[in-house]
Formats: sequence, C-alpha cells, structure tokens
Amino acid sequence: MASVSRTQWDAISIKVVFGLLCAVALIFLVAPTLIVLITSFTASESLRFPPAGLSLRWYAALIDADQMQRAAWNSLVVAFWTTIISVVLGTAAALAIARSRAPLMRAADLLFMSPLLLPALAFGFAALIFINKLGFSPSIPLLILGHVIVCVPFVLRTTLASLSQLDPGLLEASEILGASRIMTFRRVTLPLISSGVGAGAFLAFMASFDNVPVSLFLADERTEVLPIHLWQQIETNLDVRTAAASGVIVIATLILMALAEKFAGLTRQMR
Amino acid sequence: MGAPDSKLVLPLAALFIAFFVAPLFVLLMLSLHDEVAMTSWTLGNYISFFTDRFSYSILIDTLLLGAKATLVCFIFGFPVAWLAARASARWQSILLFLVILPILTSVVVRTFSWIVILGRYGVLNQIMLALGLSREPLRLLYTEVGVVMVLAQVQMPLMVLPILSVLAKMDPNLPDASRALGAGEWRTLWKITLPLSIPGIVAGCILTYAASVTAFVTQSLIGGARLIYMPLDIYQQAVGANNWPYAAALSIIFMVSVMAVVAVLNAIGRKSETHGLG
Repeated sequence: MASVSRTQWDAISIKVVFGLLCAVALIFLVAPTLIVLITSFTASESLRFPPAGLSLRWYAALIDADQMQRAAWNSLVVAFWTTIISVVLGTAAALAIARSRAPLMRAADLLFMSPLLLPALAFGFAALIFINKLGFSPSIPLLILGHVIVCVPFVLRTTLASLSQLDPGLLEASEILGASRIMTFRRVTLPLISSGVGAGAFLAFMASFDNVPVSLFLADERTEVLPIHLWQQIETNLDVRTAAASGVIVIATLILMALAEKFAGLTRQMR
Repeated sequence: MGAPDSKLVLPLAALFIAFFVAPLFVLLMLSLHDEVAMTSWTLGNYISFFTDRFSYSILIDTLLLGAKATLVCFIFGFPVAWLAARASARWQSILLFLVILPILTSVVVRTFSWIVILGRYGVLNQIMLALGLSREPLRLLYTEVGVVMVLAQVQMPLMVLPILSVLAKMDPNLPDASRALGAGEWRTLWKITLPLSIPGIVAGCILTYAASVTAFVTQSLIGGARLIYMPLDIYQQAVGANNWPYAAALSIIFMVSVMAVVAVLNAIGRKSETHGLG
C-alpha cells in the first residue's frame, strides 16, 4: 500500500537525516580535543597530525616552563577563590530569590544573570576604567571580584533549579518539629540542594580558570593567568609545549568532569 | 519565611552594584567625553563611529557572524537534542557527556586544536588532498568560514542543552497522537515537535548568539589580524591605541546592539508561545 510505504519512508528518512547530522555534530564536538591530545605526545618539533612519533618530551619540557607554571598557579588561585565567593554569595541569593515573587527579586535575578549575555570583554574594560578612576591598579583580589561577576550566574542557575524541586512541606515539617531556621537549612535544605550547588561550583571554577575577556584587562604582567599566557604563546610562536599544556588541561578537565558527574550528577544538572 | 530570607540577596546585590553596575555606568560616562579626565561632554566618539564606514561595518560583520554561527549551531544541535531526548537514560548520559565535554575544555585549548586542524598542512587539508577533493591546500584559517565553523563547535552545547530540556519535558502523547492521526514523521516534527520546542530553541539561540559575538579568543586566533570583529576592535582601541573614551563608546554600542538582538529573539519566543508559529 502506497500510504504504508510512505510512512515507512518517512520514519526511515528522518532517522537517517537526523542521525547523519548528529554524527557529524558529535565528530565535530569531540575530534578537536582528541587531536590536540594526540598531537601533544609527538616526538617532533612540529604540530603535524598524525604525529611522526610518540614521546613525552613536550610534557617533560613543561617542567622547565617557569612562566607557564606561574601563570597556571595564578589561575588556580583565582579560580579557587572565585568559586568559594560565588558559591557563598550565589547560594544565599538563590535562597532569597527562590522563595520570593516580589518584582524587586525578579529584577535582581535578571541583573545577576546579565553577565552571561553581556559581552564579557566590555565588562572587563569597564572594570579596568572603574578601578583606574578609583586609583587602584590591577591585582589578584580585584581580578577575583571581576571573575565572581561573570561566574556567579552558573551557581545561581543550578542552585535555583534544585531549589525549585525542593518540597516546601519538608521545610514546614522541620519547623513544626522544632528545628531552628539554621538547623533546617543545614539538615534539610543544604543536603537536598547540594548537588545543584556542587554542579554550579564546578561550572564556576571552569569558567574562571578559562576566562580571557575579564583577565585581559584586570590581570597585569605579575598576575598573568594561564589562558592569557597560552593565548599569547599561540599568537606569537606556536610551539609544541602549548599542545602539552593543553593536554594537561584536557586530562585534568576529564578527571574533574568524571568526579562532578559522580558526586553532583553533572549531566542531570545541566539539562 | 518572607523577610529574613530576602536579606540573603543583599551581599550579592551589593557586589553587583559596586563592581558591575558602577563600572558600566563609568564606562557610559567615559564614552561621552573625549579624554579620560572627563572634563567636557561630547558625542564625538559616537559621531565618528557612525560616520566612518569602516567602523560600523565591523559592527555589522560581528552581528552577522553571530547569526551565521547560531544558524550552524541550530542545524546540527537540534538533531543532537532530538536524538538525545529519545535515547535511553544511559545513552542520554553518554551523549550529554560528549556535548558538555567541549564547553568545559578551555576555550584557548579548543581554539588551538582547530589551528592544528584547519592549518595549511592541517588534518582537514590532508583529508581533502588524499580524497582528491581539492588539488591544493584550502585556506581555512584566517577566513570567516573557519571562524563560523569553530564558533559553532565551541558554542554547540549552549544550543543543545536548552532544546533538550524542553524536548525531554514534552508530553510524548502529542507526537504519538499526531502519528496515530496519520501524519508522517516529518509532518509531526514540523507541526508538533518544532513549535512546542520554540522556548528551548529561542533560549539556545540567545545563549549561542551572545557567546559567539563576544568570543574574543576564537575570533582573534582563527580570524587572525585581518578579520576584525568588535571585541578585537575594542581591545585594540583600549590597549593598543590607548584611546579609552573611543573604546568605551565602542563597548556601549556593542553592548546595546547585542542586547537589542537578544530582546528581539526574546520577543519572538514569547509571541510564539502564546500564538503558535502561525
């Protein structure tokens, strides 16, 4: 029957077309990371893929790369404090926003989310002008504050999502049973939203560690961070050490991601 | 509950006012002056931007670049979300992991790997030459096609995740009913699934667009020195030319333009939610 074959053709064609597009997309998504990882093990001086031979020489070369190591350490320190401050301020604000329908709270929510949409480079430049007008010069604490502005939306978003799934009956029950507000927060609310907060903290850490637009203006020679250092390396002399540093970052990211998936259910949180 | 809880918003609000709203306000003020000391008011920065063809064509190129990258993201991202929504829980996790992986890998690293792929003797050119698709290496690096390709890869997760969350919440009975009533898969997709996922699509487009137009690292490394977009322009004016007032005006113009596009996309999303696709 013509109609049957038409529906069958319909069902097959959509699967083929979508399957192909999806396959291309997945190759597109994963291949670059794999290629840079493989290239970093090259034995030669060039970035050709596939590498002519395999060795760990470029990873060994990282041990002597003082400037890169200093930049990496700066990045870790900045990302660490950015995450701590973002989690504390972001979770507190999420608690307030989730339980209120006041227009002022909606406005605050919008304000806190806006760094995700506004060009971060423009904010970085604005922050530089601002601290310059106040008579300060770029420093690590100011860099951290700048990072908090662009990283706190991640904590806010995941925490708000898990708060919206929190049964208010549980909080009432805790109150009726005589628990203080702080006790209720520590024993009921916090454990139930911890995976949302955890996923947000992970995303904030990665966003800070990877940030270029804000660091570009708020970091100077002394406080140089890793992404800026690598960016300048790539612009000036493409050397294979950059690939090895990339390899280290990719492997560390994979490990952190696996941990975040195990303890905070990252892929569930990000939907 | 009410009052004591709402005070919890204050610390973050204070930080945002002191370190986000105030700097943006100073940026706006500076753009209305012609020197950093800010003594006399002027619209000169804005006038020179809008009367110089070269200046405003950079803005137009940037806004179009975002649209192209968003379109490519949607064409490939929607099928990924569509398949992920239908996959078993286990496969969905794996797919999501693959989708999230790139966004968490450092942008500099991802862009760097694209240089290895797109270069004159890069992977892509080797494949093209080996298959005989091209006789000589193609120029991909430092072209707009290259920038769009890399932006689409870098921002793809921002498109997939919101669409997936809408598709996953959609009532599976609706497409089933459509098929039971004799509509084919394509018709069901066009008439039911696509219109119902508009909120996710709009959210994905807004995030992808906003991230693409401001992707400084990708634009500057893949585009090179000859393809100039707004972020690089701002950076060069601020740091290279040390012309802070003009860079401030560029920042304000850029921000307002991006916000305008986001507002339009938002309005489309809201309209389609109440009236359907029409």
